[in-house]
Amino acid sequence: MANEEMEQLVSSEYKQGFVTDIESYTLPPGLDEDVIRYISSKKEEPQWLLDWRLEAFALWKEMHDPQAWANIEYPKIDYQAVSYYSAPGAKDKNAPKSLDEVDPKLLETFEKLGIPLHERAALAGVRGVAVDAVFDSVSVGTTFKKELAEAGVIFCSISEAVQNHPELVKKYLGTVVSKTDNFYAALNAAVFTDGSFVFVPKGVTCPMELSTYFRINAANTGQFERTLIICEEGAQVSYLEGCTAPMRDENQLHAAVVELVALDDAYIKYSTVQNWYPGDEEGLGGIYNFVTKRGDCRGDRSKISWTQVETGSAITWKYPSCILRGKDSVGEFYSVAVTNNFQQADTGTKMIHLGEGSRSTIISKGISAGRSNQSYRGLVKILPSAKNARNFTQCDSLLLGDKCGAHTFPYQEIGNASAQVEHEATTSKIGEDQLFYCMQRGISEEDSVNMIVNGFCKDVFQELPMEFAVEAEALLNVSLEGAVG
Amino acid sequence: MIEIKDLHAKVEGKPILKGLSLSIKPGEVHAIMGPNGSGKSTLSAVLAGRSDYEVTSGSVTFFGKDLFEMSVEERACAGLMLAFQYPVEIPGVKNVYLLKAALNAQRKARGEPEIEAPTFMKLVREKLKFMKIDNSFLHRAVNEGFSGGEKKRNEILQMLILEPKLVLLDEIDSGLDIDALKVVSEGVNSLRDAGRSFLMITHYQRLLDYIEPDFVHVLSDGQIIKTGDKSLALELEDRGYDWVVEETA
Repeated sequence: MANEEMEQLVSSEYKQGFVTDIESYTLPPGLDEDVIRYISSKKEEPQWLLDWRLEAFALWKEMHDPQAWANIEYPKIDYQAVSYYSAPGAKDKNAPKSLDEVDPKLLETFEKLGIPLHERAALAGVRGVAVDAVFDSVSVGTTFKKELAEAGVIFCSISEAVQNHPELVKKYLGTVVSKTDNFYAALNAAVFTDGSFVFVPKGVTCPMELSTYFRINAANTGQFERTLIICEEGAQVSYLEGCTAPMRDENQLHAAVVELVALDDAYIKYSTVQNWYPGDEEGLGGIYNFVTKRGDCRGDRSKISWTQVETGSAITWKYPSCILRGKDSVGEFYSVAVTNNFQQADTGTKMIHLGEGSRSTIISKGISAGRSNQSYRGLVKILPSAKNARNFTQCDSLLLGDKCGAHTFPYQEIGNASAQVEHEATTSKIGEDQLFYCMQRGISEEDSVNMIVNGFCKDVFQELPMEFAVEAEALLNVSLEGAVG
Repeated sequence: MIEIKDLHAKVEGKPILKGLSLSIKPGEVHAIMGPNGSGKSTLSAVLAGRSDYEVTSGSVTFFGKDLFEMSVEERACAGLMLAFQYPVEIPGVKNVYLLKAALNAQRKARGEPEIEAPTFMKLVREKLKFMKIDNSFLHRAVNEGFSGGEKKRNEILQMLILEPKLVLLDEIDSGLDIDALKVVSEGVNSLRDAGRSFLMITHYQRLLDYIEPDFVHVLSDGQIIKTGDKSLALELEDRGYDWVVEETA
């Protein structure tokens, strides 16, 4: 099939691109200590946390952004032109105490996105999923809190956790991703505004899926959320996150940090469907998604599993990673990344093996279309202490058309001769033969492409919780609408 | 059913078909034989609509319509099916899913409602049994890890379910042992009726013992140079192609 036809097939439509017209208080652009003090005081934070932020800020000023090594290109970001805090509601208004106090317009926004926050509606909709909804810099509500509390699970915004569970926050915050980990992690530590906090105590299996929905609304505003999930000994949780933003011509910055801690025999499953606005067909606008996600398998036999479906953002820079500290701990990374038009992605994972008998699996599926450019970057590091560690890596790239790029940068550092490390990689153009075969059976070109691409991603979709798997497949189809030939 | 007139086609700029004419009526079974490079597979690819084959002149009408005005999937929905010589693997896509999507796409094109799941499964199981294929086959990815014989059986299974009007069998016998050849032939023969036609492309007379053709054509250098009944195939088996080429030169 001709490449022009392929391109026509991949033109996509972004359905979450609307703007909510709501009164909000947004700090003027700029970043200095006063801004950090403002954010901290707005959230009534304890002194230690303010000090922590200020330290991070001081260190950040000495750091450089990662453009030097990542395979992405963007104009230099003026961090003084970004606003670091925006909250729905008037300046002096306090955060709503319950869902009843939440501005109906906000509830409407989330409803429009398919995320009902009224529990009755929520019950009728996505059954058995508790949701924390974050709008710009603040959490607007968390559902099913009571039910979760009965099981002993804490699920709230991180701001609330700082108020109500300061000892837990203090104990774990920054212990997986230190505030000096990298440029964006330091920036996040200085200015993070909201995000989710999950604590599952010893022996408890969280009775429902937890989910956070991030929405950027305000223009010219950065979103810096911070999520912290802790599973004590033998505890289990499955957590999902979704993200969308309005269509705007300017690029917007999103720099999140996610920290996971799994103690002995704990299991954390973290799934992401990332659909930030990717920019238009000409590459104008879109979110810069610079995210640091890391899980610490601190305990023996602990397991952390990352599953991500990345279809949005103008630029994605993220490497959800696992530190496999515990003996026989397990790290998994399953990823589908789709780039179209002018999107760029440099994404992958790091598996750092310290524990004896630790195992990791990496399955990465990259699909590039249009003029997009995508890189898989993955590190498998086996330290001398990790006797009999094992890793299996498979990364496959699928190219749609002849103007896109796919690159693979695997790094392996093996410090122990007993380790077993396997790496498989393939790059293929979407098979003209496969397309022709399906179409010769009467299936339209677009349906054929969707079928083949979904088949290509099957190994990863299987890992998603059921509700998300369906959404992910649909999202993939929309992202590639008009994309092939 | 299909009327091919003075067809010329190129592959990568090189002329392959050079004035091929052939008419197939409903219910007829035609076999095309010929030496390597004579254009046999090009003919089936051009009829099915592969984009890397360029038709330079001539015409083809299918049920009275200009075939070259129809897209690949329109041709399929109108009842033209190509059973591939080398069916492609599609990882991650289950056989049952492809079958259902194809059947429903064709039903939709005919203005019929989608087939109901139980009816579909019943149909599929019946055909699987007929083709001596295990049920587990449905949940394997399309052609992935299939033996040559399994791939060919799969083509015939699809044919039994889609019930096309004109089937192009492109070297359906290649790579088959005798048992598999029997099963595949029985599949084809079970669909023979007054309204359905077949065009078989083959190198070997052997296939014609199992699927008896009404006409045998010899293709050489992009043209049909001789037509006969099935005794022609036996003669070709005995004497090779050279004598035909010389006779018509």
